[in-house]
Amino acid sequence: MEILIQQLFNGLTIGSVYSLVALGLTLVYGILHIPNFAHGALYMMGGYVTLTMMTSQGMHYWLAIAVSAIVVGLLAVLMERLVFHPLRHAPPIHDKIAAIGILLFLEALAQFIWGAEYQTMASPYGQIINVAGVTLTMQRLLIIIAAVVVMIFLYVFLKKTYTGATIIAMSQNREGANLVGINTNRVAMLTFLISGALAAIACSIAAPINLVFPGMGHLVITKAFVIIILGGMGSIPGAIAGGYILGFTESLGATYISNDYKDLIAFVLLVLILTIRPKGLFARGGH
Amino acid sequence: MAAFFKQRNVIAALIIFAIIFPFITNNTYFVHVMTLSFIWMIGVYGLNLLAGYTGYLSLAHAGFFAIGAYALSLLTTKAQLNYWVAFILALIITSVLGLVIGLISLRTKEHFFAIYTLCVGYIIYLVIDKWDSLTGGIRGLIGIPGPGNIGPIEFTTPVSNYYLVLFFLLLTVLVMYRIVHSLTGRTFIAIRNSEDLAQTIGISTMKNKLLVFVISTFFAGLSGALYASFIRFIGPDIGYISITFDLLTYLLVGGIGTLSGPIVGTVLIVWVSQQLQFLQDYRMLIFGPVLTLLVIFYPRGIVGGIAESLMKRKQKKQAREEQLVMAKKSVAATAASNENR
Amino acid sequence: MFLETKNLTKKFGGLVAVNDVDFSIEKGKINAIIGPNGAGKSTFFNLISGFHPPSSGQVIFKGKDITRLPSNKIAELGVARTFQTTNLFDQATVLDNVIVGHRLRTKSNLVDAIFRTKRLKAEEKQCREKAIEVLEFVGLTSAAYKLAGSMSQEEKKRVAFALALATDPEIVFLDEPAAGVNPDETEGLAALMEKMVSAGITVCLIEHKMQMIMKLADKIMVLNYGEKIAEGTPKEIRNNEMVIKAYLGGSAIA
Repeated sequence: MEILIQQLFNGLTIGSVYSLVALGLTLVYGILHIPNFAHGALYMMGGYVTLTMMTSQGMHYWLAIAVSAIVVGLLAVLMERLVFHPLRHAPPIHDKIAAIGILLFLEALAQFIWGAEYQTMASPYGQIINVAGVTLTMQRLLIIIAAVVVMIFLYVFLKKTYTGATIIAMSQNREGANLVGINTNRVAMLTFLISGALAAIACSIAAPINLVFPGMGHLVITKAFVIIILGGMGSIPGAIAGGYILGFTESLGATYISNDYKDLIAFVLLVLILTIRPKGLFARGGH
Repeated sequence: MAAFFKQRNVIAALIIFAIIFPFITNNTYFVHVMTLSFIWMIGVYGLNLLAGYTGYLSLAHAGFFAIGAYALSLLTTKAQLNYWVAFILALIITSVLGLVIGLISLRTKEHFFAIYTLCVGYIIYLVIDKWDSLTGGIRGLIGIPGPGNIGPIEFTTPVSNYYLVLFFLLLTVLVMYRIVHSLTGRTFIAIRNSEDLAQTIGISTMKNKLLVFVISTFFAGLSGALYASFIRFIGPDIGYISITFDLLTYLLVGGIGTLSGPIVGTVLIVWVSQQLQFLQDYRMLIFGPVLTLLVIFYPRGIVGGIAESLMKRKQKKQAREEQLVMAKKSVAATAASNENR
Repeated sequence: MFLETKNLTKKFGGLVAVNDVDFSIEKGKINAIIGPNGAGKSTFFNLISGFHPPSSGQVIFKGKDITRLPSNKIAELGVARTFQTTNLFDQATVLDNVIVGHRLRTKSNLVDAIFRTKRLKAEEKQCREKAIEVLEFVGLTSAAYKLAGSMSQEEKKRVAFALALATDPEIVFLDEPAAGVNPDETEGLAALMEKMVSAGITVCLIEHKMQMIMKLADKIMVLNYGEKIAEGTPKEIRNNEMVIKAYLGGSAIA
């Protein structure tokens, strides 16, 4: 029983990170209909920027995360302007390849600046606490709380502000949004900003319990794709729910099936879903 | 048609160069590098037929490369089979797995296909990495035999290996050339342009996509099998996504959807990388942006870019000639009407 | 009956795009389907050509039920169609783009391709000749070696016709064949449709250009909100109260 609770808690932790990454990915997909393969690189950059801010600038953890969110957010905007915007009318295969090019570049860049070795991020919240008989580190608790806070912020922004509403409008109907005078360029940039910031935050809160290295984005991004297919491409609640579902499945799978193969769970899940429903779980019928 | 002959000439020149290459250079290392780039080219050709000619970007290509390599290695080292028997079996195994995965994955389209194959690639990689008892896990497999003798011909020296791989490469190019220039190739291109349109002109798109997927995995497997017996040891990293990205970079730089693109791109990047040895880990600092810029400005790579400018020049010339003829005609007409007056 | 639909219905979720449509197409005539935007015309085409399976009802072609056949099989039976936009391979010539249109009448496979068999060569010749023939038919002989990417809008429309004709069809469904071309070119395309009919090919088209339809069509069906509200000759349609009310908002057809 204790193991189960522990694992559920772990699932919640991993799920929080997955959800944040998947949220950024699904927002971009909703607006521009591109699967941003470079999203994992943004995640990785987020980790390094936070780490650098903490070690070389001596910044406080939370401040470093804020800086990282802004830096990576701007990086994402740059990406949209320089690459995805010029390719908006190109065949669908092009933006995928372009995104892969960015991914390869950013990884090489990270390795160039920070080296290939695995680095640890020391969090000020290493304390071990005991809640209801379950031992956990403060950091894990923080991941869960931070993720929820970010999600609430995002929700309020999307639902309660005009700018947020434009994003929703555009993801539902691009042409319509254009017709009612929404500046689609601005919305696209804004969406990339948010998606980059989300990736940076996700990585920064997860890094203290993981390691920071150039290839750290690979598995996360691929799983984020699984999540948004699980939850419906472009769906925000779907990304959140999917993230937690995958988090729980993995942590339970690691305990009760095999720790070695836990990373396989996500991919097998996706292969199964797409085998049964080639257009994803929540494809809209017809045309 | 002129551009087509040009492309053909380029290929002919390259073949001659490839045949005399070991005699020009006495550097065994260069022969080694060239052999390796030929092996990559075979894999790139497979990817090209699928992504370039049919429009389906598979990110599982390195996975099939690894399946070919591991199948050959396991069949020769663990099952102790004759090299060429193992070689043929490895190709069959890869193609059959390609058929099964193709049957499922090809029901998805565009983004879903890319993501699906990305996941399939990861599954193949992870299975190889974790299935310790069969694949040796992270330690990989060692002691893979080189190509077995064919009658009196031995493949023990680097140069003989070079020619063996060159033989398979030329065979690959020939097969690709013939496919692309046949009705079958036209069918693939029609699917790339518009799957709906292809279907309405009576093409069974699923059947053809499956065919091209299997061909593509076959060549990935061939490339992998040759790699294993050339390098003699393999690890799970040959199935990792970064290998797919490498192959994709070769293809994009050379020219996706062109026949000589895979050769041009692979040779260029492999040699540039060799020259920039010190950059090895950071080569993507250059090739990453190159990939992105190419897709934006020259989506059909070096070869496609050249072919297009030749085509345009020819069209302009034609247009000029037409104008000239028209001008002459109108001059003649004016003259005639003048006379009539 | 040449081609007919019986109680053809298509629902997308809760939306009924095509509702219980009975329609028969007369052989050797120009049949037209008109109706306001969103009336279900394109969906109707998609049901006949096998792009979407209908929710209920039947499509019968020459006495054979083709309702559940995939679109490539329907094409093999001699039912061709065009789209509003035709995606071509812009870097290849027009001729190269049209050659594949006859692919469905050939049998050569991968083995033929790799060994360049006699069969492949013969069939390639056959396809090429067919392409030249249909390009001549649609009046594009002089443009055959132009790059597809450099064609005008009207030429693209003609290539779409050529591709459909290359499949050796008995009936051709044309989805807004004259959209986006000027009045003179529209005349030309109308003449081409008449030429197709005189060559023994039945034509069925969706069109918005009323004047053209009224002059061209032998038989018209009017769809509104997925339902057939009228069927008949241009004259009958012009005087049909229902049509005038529902479709034209009261004013008579010019």
